[in-house]
Amino acid sequence: MGVRIDVTNLNAWYGTNHTLQDITLNIPANHATALIGPSGCGKSTFVRCLNRMHETNPIARVTGTVRIGELDIYNDAKPVQVRRRVGMVFQRPNPFPTMSIYDNVASGLKLNGYANRRVLDEIVEKSLKNSALWDEVKDDLKKKSGASLSGGQQQRLCIARALAVDPEVLLMDEPASALDPVSTSKIEDLIFQLKSQYTIVIVTHNMQQAARVAEKTGFFLNGRMVEFDSTHKIFTNPSDKRTEDYITGRFG
Amino acid sequence: MNQQAFKSRSELRAWTDNAVTALSILATVVVIIPLLAIFGYLIYKGASSLNLAFFTQIPKPVGESGGGMANAIVGSAILLLEASAIGIPIGIGGGVFLAEFGRGTKLANAIRFTADVLNGVPSIVMGIAIYSLIVVPQHHFSGFAGGVALGIMMIPTVSRTTEEMLLMVPHAVREAALGLGVPNWRSVLSITLKTASPGIITGCMLAFARVAGETAPLLFTALGNSFWSTSLNQPMAALPLQIFVFAISPYDDWHRLAWAGALVLILLITLAVSLVRYVTSRGVLKGAS
Repeated sequence: MGVRIDVTNLNAWYGTNHTLQDITLNIPANHATALIGPSGCGKSTFVRCLNRMHETNPIARVTGTVRIGELDIYNDAKPVQVRRRVGMVFQRPNPFPTMSIYDNVASGLKLNGYANRRVLDEIVEKSLKNSALWDEVKDDLKKKSGASLSGGQQQRLCIARALAVDPEVLLMDEPASALDPVSTSKIEDLIFQLKSQYTIVIVTHNMQQAARVAEKTGFFLNGRMVEFDSTHKIFTNPSDKRTEDYITGRFG
Repeated sequence: MNQQAFKSRSELRAWTDNAVTALSILATVVVIIPLLAIFGYLIYKGASSLNLAFFTQIPKPVGESGGGMANAIVGSAILLLEASAIGIPIGIGGGVFLAEFGRGTKLANAIRFTADVLNGVPSIVMGIAIYSLIVVPQHHFSGFAGGVALGIMMIPTVSRTTEEMLLMVPHAVREAALGLGVPNWRSVLSITLKTASPGIITGCMLAFARVAGETAPLLFTALGNSFWSTSLNQPMAALPLQIFVFAISPYDDWHRLAWAGALVLILLITLAVSLVRYVTSRGVLKGAS
């Protein structure tokens, strides 16, 4: 089951560049939350702070508190522990090119030392069904490389890979921006189904996408969060002038 | 722009395209000609002396005809196994450090520079260095010393190609592994190295093929041996050494054996490299990149 995410006074830097400034935000459990904003506004940095991927860049720095459920991820946990609870799907599909479809899905468990064959089989099947890819790949599980699939299938494979480790939160950084409209709508359907079981945070440039999949939407601008509210309110009656300008296409 | 000018310009482009294609084909042919010429000449000179005895007998004393290079073939195999056992693990380990753990540090830059210098050290100098480090203290020449010399010569090639190949693995693949909560060391071993492995294997094969033909580092170390010996503690025969000794001898019979030896050396290197390629490509999946 998903858990809530509480972010308090989060600041992040790349070198001397202050990319996130004083973000305080409560993301509800088992819902999809969309983050929108122009390029470079800090929304990707924000989700990368939620699973401590931000700090994999040697010049990056973070202050503030992030709680995933009850866990204070910056003070009470190691990055690898955090990332096992918080799955991530990246902008470009990134399956492991040398691994079969099966091994890609099982990789999170296998690489962390889990090896029970029968249980792995079950988890792989369940994850691929959850990511709506099972029917397309079930005959080639161990024959084909993950890289042999189409872009849209690769992205669903990456979602299955993230789900296989049974995370509580699923972060998606523009998961459909490299995909065609058909694949995009499959990913959106998937988000719709998955949000009953996981807390989903999705970064998107596509405002219709935010409106379609998310209950809550946050608008980021220049490293600050301008507004966070129900998606319906953001898109029909935003409180901030800058949000209104952005969603009506006056800038960004 | 009028129609006429456009037509002549597109003709010019087509002509340039053809000319550049022709030039690159010519360049390829020029590259291949020496290789084929050498190989053809080796077959012409050496094939007639190849017989069963060549692979089963040791060299005959001066004056007797016949004999073979069985001891040198086996000796080369042992020396190359030892060299690979030293050069490949150390080289790959060094490459992993340069690309993954030490990237951008002063230590890594120093190691990279040293490896490049080592790569440029003449092989005879490597022979002398191992001579003074191993042969002199032990008071005897040995196959062991020869293998060490060859192994050290493999290290820079292996480590630099490993580094280059690891750096070519897309950042997205590393992020995928880290995003799953895989510790960095595990991700490097199981994901990055595996993704880069075809290129790393090519680098190892290049280093292997290069030292397989080296004579100079063995002159003061393995020394050569006219008799059967598979002991690493004794002087050991090797194909390049045997070819060298036979080729500078005054006897026609030995000259023919030297040609045959050169042909066998090239064939064995080709065989070893092809075998490794075959074995390592068997597990590759459909559509893997």
